Amino acid sequence: MLALPAAAAGDEDLKALREEIAQMKKSYEQRIEALEQRLAAADTAPAKSQPAQSGAGAAHAAGGFNPEISLILQGQYRRGRDTSGRAIAGYWPGGAEGAGRGLTLDESELVVSANIDPYYRGLLNVALKDGQAEVEEAWFQTLGLGNGFTLKGGRFLSGIGYQNEQHPHAWDFADAPLMAQALFGGAYGQDGLQLKWVAPTDLFMELGAELGRGAGFPGTDRNRNSAGASALFAHVGDDVGRSHAWRAGLSWLSTRAKDREAPFADTDAAGPNEVAGLFTGRSRTLVADFVWKWAPEGNPKERNFKFQTELFRRSESGDLACASGVATSPCLGGLALGDLRSRQTGGYAQAVWQFMPQWRVGYRYDWLNAGSKRYDPASVFAALDPANAYFSGYRPQRHSIMADWSQSEFSRLRLQFARDRSMQGLSDNQVTLQYIMSLGAHGAHKF
Amino acid sequence: MKRFVLLFLLAAALPVRAELRVFACEPEWAALAKELGGDKVSAYSATHALQDPHRIEARPSLIARARSAQLVACTGADLEAGWLPPVLRESGNAAVQPGRPGYFEAAQFVVRLEIPLKLDRAEGDVHAAGNPHIQLDPRNLLAVAGPLAKRLGELDAANAAHYAARQQAFAERMRAAIARWEKEAAPLRGMRVIAQHKSFSYLFHWLGLVEAGTLEPKPGIEPGSAHLAQLLTQAKAQQARLIVRTPYDSPRPGEWLAERSGIPLATLPFTVGGSERAQDLFGLFDDTLAKLKGAP
Repeated sequence: MLALPAAAAGDEDLKALREEIAQMKKSYEQRIEALEQRLAAADTAPAKSQPAQSGAGAAHAAGGFNPEISLILQGQYRRGRDTSGRAIAGYWPGGAEGAGRGLTLDESELVVSANIDPYYRGLLNVALKDGQAEVEEAWFQTLGLGNGFTLKGGRFLSGIGYQNEQHPHAWDFADAPLMAQALFGGAYGQDGLQLKWVAPTDLFMELGAELGRGAGFPGTDRNRNSAGASALFAHVGDDVGRSHAWRAGLSWLSTRAKDREAPFADTDAAGPNEVAGLFTGRSRTLVADFVWKWAPEGNPKERNFKFQTELFRRSESGDLACASGVATSPCLGGLALGDLRSRQTGGYAQAVWQFMPQWRVGYRYDWLNAGSKRYDPASVFAALDPANAYFSGYRPQRHSIMADWSQSEFSRLRLQFARDRSMQGLSDNQVTLQYIMSLGAHGAHKF
Repeated sequence: MKRFVLLFLLAAALPVRAELRVFACEPEWAALAKELGGDKVSAYSATHALQDPHRIEARPSLIARARSAQLVACTGADLEAGWLPPVLRESGNAAVQPGRPGYFEAAQFVVRLEIPLKLDRAEGDVHAAGNPHIQLDPRNLLAVAGPLAKRLGELDAANAAHYAARQQAFAERMRAAIARWEKEAAPLRGMRVIAQHKSFSYLFHWLGLVEAGTLEPKPGIEPGSAHLAQLLTQAKAQQARLIVRTPYDSPRPGEWLAERSGIPLATLPFTVGGSERAQDLFGLFDDTLAKLKGAP
């Protein structure tokens, strides 16, 4: 019965039914497709709000490579007197070795830095020289402390003074100021912590404090649990009009030394021996610094001028001793020589002028005062020769002039003449021809 | 003494400003923030039109301004790589570090031109992220205005509607102005121009001008005499009609070429404040077009 009407309906109805099913299927497929498209559109919507950018652009949003790697190549030709074994007159020999004569390769600096995560940034600076790699800096710095605070930890160049934080490739002269060589052996580094705070004012005001191991000259490594050195510094700076900017600072460094050693000549009747002079006591340094920069309309590219000066005062108080292994030396086995108190001042002033694109000339004057030293001459000179450079009342001086040429921001060639009278009875006319080349992601310099 | 110092610091910190404090790296972003924020924002521009934004010193005054900023609005694309990173790090201001809501990079929101295929310093001071001088195509300003208004609204939620409304109004005015400028500049299409640096690529791209050479042999490298001599023959062969420079470029290479080739030299404003007339974003393009149309 049932089959009959169906059969009666015949092929016409069957065909209509099939068409209906086909249409339903098609319509469902279209709806599914539409839904799928809407889903896909929803997925890509955030991407669409940023225009499509082809090529390498997107990967470089952080500004360079990650990590940023830069390499600084430095070398020089230096002509001057042989001053090996001599020290700056009147000052405790700080272990600063001058650059060698002739053609030399200076240290090559390898710098790796990057943001570690949103909260920290890290930097490593290794100075490579023949057979040695010295870690100049290795620190982390906070990015997210806020309220003007920044904490730095690890090994870093101390924030005292102005030039101390700069690496040699950023110096305006081929060598460090004489006073920095005499007081810190070039630059003072800390293994420790630095906390800085910038005031929320339109006038730039920055306060900083450091706690460190204090192993570097003028201190010594004393193998203690507590910190060996502390430093405080304050900086103020601002613009004057569009073309001038300045920064001034005052810094204080306190550290201690135990058996700080330096070569001295003794009073042995059989002929002078080289013995170890030993200082144990406190060493405090006060630094005042001032920098003034001029660039017409704030555009240093064509012409600019920079004046920079730092004044130092070093006060030390403690005990002097000497030690030797030579049988005829008065210092044999170690000899206490009584109290030693000294207060010495000095500084430098320099000016660098870029008079046309790529070319700069500069002049620097270094002066050191002998200052005052208080000790008991009877006991000291019984063991140590009064002719030792340290006991000299001589006032060292140096004049330097330089010219450098930078074809781009990444290369620099420099010629420097210096009349160095830092050693008594010796006037050293030095000629230095130097190159500084930066490879890779060279980081921006501070003011 | 200590008490005095503390009092002094407090007094200096006291004047609390109610506006949202924007630190803009370039004048165009300060102008745009002001268009979008009105009296609800105070905009400080770290550079001005006579400064080359590549070569800025990380001066103490910039650190002090970044310290109290709530939003740092910059071009990005490595334009400020030589000075902004130390300024932000030294400022101790967590809110404006890259990656935080208080740090805004305009170049992220536009299609950048001239992304190099090869990264080699032998090619000069190339920007890996492409040409960063995006402000001279007003369509880029429209593209940046939306996200910037949104960011202002996120940082200052109480005034979000205010920023959104001002952005709408700005976009309408800008669209109308763009239509007018494009009509005015239609006869300039195809004009050959020599530029100092790749500073005007977006302007040329927008108006259909053709760059017939640059005074710098390579980005960031000073023009030398050999290159200029070659450019002189090139300029004549290509029938260049105008030499353009920014207010901060040295005028000498352009003047040298202008004198020998007879092609006039024009100083385009480049950014807000770059000329008498370019006192806001609209004046910037009015003046730029007027100077381009002045070419013979």
